[in-house]
Amino acid sequence: MATAMQLPAKQQLGRRVSTALLLRPRLLLALLLVPPLLWLGVIYLGSMFALLIQSFFSIDEFTGMIQRTLTLRTYTELLRPAHLDIILRTAAMAAAVTLASSVIAFPIAYFMARYATGRAKTVFYLAVMLPLWSSYLVRVYAWKLILAKEGIVTWLTAELGLGSWLDALLSIPIIGGTALSVSYIGTFTVFVYIWLPFMILPIQAALERVPQSIIEASADLGAPPHRTFRNVILPLAFPGVIAGSIFTFSLTLGDYIIPQIIGSSRLFLGQVVYIQQGTAGNIPLAAAFCVVPIAVMSIYLSAAKRLGAFDAL
Amino acid sequence: MRSDASDRKAPRALTAAAVAGLLFLHLPLALILLYAFSTEDASYEFPPPGLTLRWFAVAWGRQDIWDAIGLSLRVAASSTLIAMLLGSLAAAAMSRTRFFGREAISLLIILPIALPGILTGISLRSAFNLGGIPFSSWTIMLGHATFCVVMVYNNVVARFRRMPSSWIEASMDLGADGFQTFRHVVLPNIATALLVGGMLAFALSFDEVIVTTFTAGQQSTLPIWMLTELVRPRQRPVTNVVAVFVIVVTFAPLVVAQLLARRAEGSNEGGIR
Repeated sequence: MATAMQLPAKQQLGRRVSTALLLRPRLLLALLLVPPLLWLGVIYLGSMFALLIQSFFSIDEFTGMIQRTLTLRTYTELLRPAHLDIILRTAAMAAAVTLASSVIAFPIAYFMARYATGRAKTVFYLAVMLPLWSSYLVRVYAWKLILAKEGIVTWLTAELGLGSWLDALLSIPIIGGTALSVSYIGTFTVFVYIWLPFMILPIQAALERVPQSIIEASADLGAPPHRTFRNVILPLAFPGVIAGSIFTFSLTLGDYIIPQIIGSSRLFLGQVVYIQQGTAGNIPLAAAFCVVPIAVMSIYLSAAKRLGAFDAL
Repeated sequence: MRSDASDRKAPRALTAAAVAGLLFLHLPLALILLYAFSTEDASYEFPPPGLTLRWFAVAWGRQDIWDAIGLSLRVAASSTLIAMLLGSLAAAAMSRTRFFGREAISLLIILPIALPGILTGISLRSAFNLGGIPFSSWTIMLGHATFCVVMVYNNVVARFRRMPSSWIEASMDLGADGFQTFRHVVLPNIATALLVGGMLAFALSFDEVIVTTFTAGQQSTLPIWMLTELVRPRQRPVTNVVAVFVIVVTFAPLVVAQLLARRAEGSNEGGIR
């Protein structure tokens, strides 16, 4: 006590405050939580709520003014065939991208989790992480160079004598086009490329958790390697695939930059949202379109939760 | 240790598929490197007709690029600072105590990166419009800080969970008050996690384009500048040079952050054994 008395006044105050906080853990907790919650709650949730409310407003077709009375008119507009087309097209692309990236990601994740050790593991890990963190736009841009009509793919197929194959691929209706960079094939390739790391990492995490003893037990019980793989490893890795698909699916649903840079003139959901809120000035419709990915992802997430995907994140 | 991973040999097809996958992830960026030296300035012709260093000089002299880089750095620095503060506060609160609504709060923190960026962007834009807030570098920063919090939070909360609470108790028993314990025990322990989280937040903000297109007015960050060039190319070789610059600038801190994170993990594991 004697030393405490001699402390300078400022330090004593600090000690009193810290003691007061330590005796009231709830108060300390509240003080810690208030700033982040204020920021995220007011700025993020507040504006999200303000947007969603606007999907129940409608736009006056004559004046172009937003009418602030609650109505479901904008949602009936959302169900027009042209708009439904866009939603279905985007969902189909998201599904195709998810499927393709899980097929490409699996061998990489499997190799990383079960065979790579030491230095090789670090190299693999960095090689998967770096694209995730390097510039999204630069990576999209690389594909503009690759898929351009005068670019490396055309050159390479011509050199290999496969030029007619490329032409045949491009002449497929709907997914083809005059060049890879203006076709759905191009859009699809770029989506897979950009989101691939998001699929690799959760699968790898799930595979890392498969205990060696289970695999040995399967072998001891007489299963050949391919059966162990199909009946033991694959089911245990499946939550990882689902976890990865949450990212690939959700990111594809909302992206409006990739189809704008590489793709045909038929729009995706994100582009429509962008146009509706911008040049078209129809915030209610843009907001209603925004509800679509939220609804789709809520259903997707609850299904994923049931399949145990969150443990693999 | 009988069946350590090093004893197993990967099937050849698996190795081939894994390596092919990695090449698919990395070759495209190498191609940009090549194009930055191409003499061709009107198309993306491959192979390049000739090689030159000219475009680096041209890009160096462009004021609009310097302005964009400057704005990007300012925005990334300020949103990283806010994210480091808010993220570590949230991490400190969430790591130890269990309380009602905890799950909801952790969902709220990850929501800005879990939902498509376009939602965050358009929400903020319409909110700024409703509130009559003019678009400026402050509105860009506001948006960036929102999704950067989770980067810091994730890293710091993991470190807090690994830190034995007995250390804090020991410090208190030895007569330190809460602030001294924070400065001499807690802070040094979370420092590397905070640094790694901050670097990731910085990288995320420096590269962000989707939310930024909605929250920026007339000013352009580097990604916005890139996007404009991608949609309506003006001088393709200059864009190539800027792309190379971005690759170099983002790779260096990421490698450092990775190594730091790995080392911290390694030393902690060593400490427990």
